[in-house]
Amino acid sequence: MSALKLKKGSTSHSAYNLRPTFSDVVEKHTLAVLVENEPGVLARVIGLFSGRGYNIESLTVAEVDHQGHLSRITIVTAGTPQVIEQIKAQLGRIVSVHEVHDLTVEGPSVERELAMFKVSGKGDKRVEALRLADIFRANVVDSTLETFVFEITGAPEKIDAFADLMRPLGLTEVARTGVAALPRGD
Amino acid sequence: MVVQALIDQGVDTVFGYPGGAVLPIYDEVFQQNSIKHILVRHEQGAVHAAEGYARATGKPGVCLVTSGPGATNAVTGLTDALMDSIPIIVLTGQVPTFMIGSDAFQEADTVGITRPCTKHNWLVKETDKLSDVLHEAFHVSTSGRPGPVLVDIPKDVQFATGSYSAPKPSTSHYQPQVKGDMEAITELVAAIETAKRPVFYTGGGVVNSGPGASQLLRELVDATGFPITSTLMGLGCYPASGDRWLGMLGMHGLYEANMAMHGCDLMINIGARFDDRITGRIDAFSPKSKKAHIDIDPSSINKVIKADIPIVGDVGHVLEDILKVWKSRGRKTNSEAVAKWWSQIDEWKTVDCLKFEQKGKVIKPQYALERLEALTKDHDRYICTEVGQHQMWAAQYLGFEDPNRWMTSGGLGTMGYGFPASIGVQMGHPDALVINVAGEASWLMNMQELGTAMQFNLPVKQFILNNERLGMVRQWQELLHGERYSHSWSESLPDFVKLAEAFGAKGIICSDPDDLDDAIMEMINHDGPVLFDCLVEKHENCFPMIPSGKAHNEMLLGEAETQGVIDAKGSVLV
Ligand SMILES: Cc1ncc(C[n+]2csc(CCOP(=O)(O)OP(=O)(O)O)c2C)c(N)n1
Ligand SMILES: [Mg+2]
Repeated sequence: MSALKLKKGSTSHSAYNLRPTFSDVVEKHTLAVLVENEPGVLARVIGLFSGRGYNIESLTVAEVDHQGHLSRITIVTAGTPQVIEQIKAQLGRIVSVHEVHDLTVEGPSVERELAMFKVSGKGDKRVEALRLADIFRANVVDSTLETFVFEITGAPEKIDAFADLMRPLGLTEVARTGVAALPRGD
Repeated sequence: MVVQALIDQGVDTVFGYPGGAVLPIYDEVFQQNSIKHILVRHEQGAVHAAEGYARATGKPGVCLVTSGPGATNAVTGLTDALMDSIPIIVLTGQVPTFMIGSDAFQEADTVGITRPCTKHNWLVKETDKLSDVLHEAFHVSTSGRPGPVLVDIPKDVQFATGSYSAPKPSTSHYQPQVKGDMEAITELVAAIETAKRPVFYTGGGVVNSGPGASQLLRELVDATGFPITSTLMGLGCYPASGDRWLGMLGMHGLYEANMAMHGCDLMINIGARFDDRITGRIDAFSPKSKKAHIDIDPSSINKVIKADIPIVGDVGHVLEDILKVWKSRGRKTNSEAVAKWWSQIDEWKTVDCLKFEQKGKVIKPQYALERLEALTKDHDRYICTEVGQHQMWAAQYLGFEDPNRWMTSGGLGTMGYGFPASIGVQMGHPDALVINVAGEASWLMNMQELGTAMQFNLPVKQFILNNERLGMVRQWQELLHGERYSHSWSESLPDFVKLAEAFGAKGIICSDPDDLDDAIMEMINHDGPVLFDCLVEKHENCFPMIPSGKAHNEMLLGEAETQGVIDAKGSVLV
């Protein structure tokens, strides 16, 4: 299955790549959606997912081009190949959407997420938390006598793994940004 | 400024209803003569009228309504237009910008409420941007797959003076692709050349692509000699009198049309979307065919049915390229096999699935439509419908020779659509014969528009097939719910003749088949709105019918076959 690159205004894209394999396997895809930075645009995107019953596993959004008035929404979603194709096509239909890229199929990409963990504990547990944080290259961004706040960036799996380790050591609060992703190379 | 933008966009008619938050625009409307404003009696009526106008003229329809309740009353019409891809522009008033968010009087989050039921919408907070947004609204509504758009204009923005810019070719990034991919088109032509059992399956996209698309379609169909069927929304693109016409397909489609879809080896979908009323059971839908799908909206492709030859593009452009390539390759078809296919189709036609018997003193609804067809088909005629059995019978028994002549609520199935739509059609074609084939229950949903028809001298004919039932609901209850007719009676119906007279319109009642022709002639010849109360058989069912959850070749043809046909799985479907 290949990508549906919906670049508005292009007259040449082939509809051949709209051919999905109708399979039942649920796949996880990371989509990068370039949108007009205007009020309501996020509601349009989220409304599409809720209205049509698609999954959002993670979503991040920020302006990336002030002059061009563009924001980039990175969405991690899951579905069968047919559903993923539908999601992309439906996103492409939103008038404020400029481009839809499926980073999962358009070639290698890098994904990163930032998270903050508050861990509270004393004695051995506190020492162990600090030692593991070091191994995971997490930074201490705040500390009291009984708590640490760690900051960690990495692929979502790495952050999951770190969370698993911190849980028995007194993890009390987590904040995660959701995935930001870019294709590799040019 | 708003009125100037509308004039510059070529608008001649606006359907609307005033209120506090649009008074400055109404003040502009008052001070000009280029645009006619039709005062409806309910904002839902304004939107359906604009839809009827758009569908019948090919131009976008325009509405003007106030904030809060004016905007919320427009929601059904917007959803209807979204489902049927009708280009309309709705302008709503809004409370002044500095009061937005304060629960001000008649404030509603209009862009929030209408976001899922418009193709796009805008809240304009700066007067300087107003004219550009209005022009862009027309561009978005009419380009690509058409649809409804809404522009919400706060009252202070309406009052303020700002710089106006005239329309110019849109520079926005929204420029949908209209040319189809040549590689795919060539693949389709190759399939056309070898197909043994081909069928064209056409839809509303052909109408939306413009009259030229219908012309090209006719040329292609007649040159290949392939059979053609159409969805409810596409009736008229190929003439009902044409040699290759199979009639409508789908849940209440013709036997030969559905059987051809089921048995074909090449299905050429042109501007239709594999709606569930068409496909029936998906896994049994046309199992042996190669499917080509031409659609301007990429999301329609592979949404329901996997397309073997997907072509994204405007129907007119794609048909032109198909014809060009097919001709350049020598106009080939497998004529021997296609002739065999036709003899199979002709055999299916002998089933005569629309046959009925008019006997006794009660008018059969089918008979009423057959007579209406006979007595009006030579007129410059436009037909609207409401939603229900009468709608399906109208689609089956009336013949449409041209596109834009048939206005019906297909995707949303909105009772109350037809009457206001007929008003919009008549505005677009003042001298034409505009008939709304209605059910008594649907008609009552927007009956207040009789006041509009009277005020503006719109001689729309309301042909009500009065079965004193929510007929389509009753039919489903008969088939699916053990004949327990829960609330499907039309109780306490008005005397329609008196009702018409109360508005100053003409009322006609007819219950005897022998009087029907004269009564219809009286309706046609009356110069003014007519409410025609045609009392028909109360328990007639609409056949053929593909029950929910069944395949095309499991069609019911008549009463005898209806016992226990829908299983538990089918009965959860709508
Ligand atoms: C606004 C709305 N409400 C409910 C329905 C469900 N519905 C579909 S057909 C129908 C009955 C229509 O009755 P009538 O207009 O008398 O037409 P008939 O089927 O009797 O010809 C109903 C209630 C609908 N389509 N639209
Ligand atoms: Mg009825």
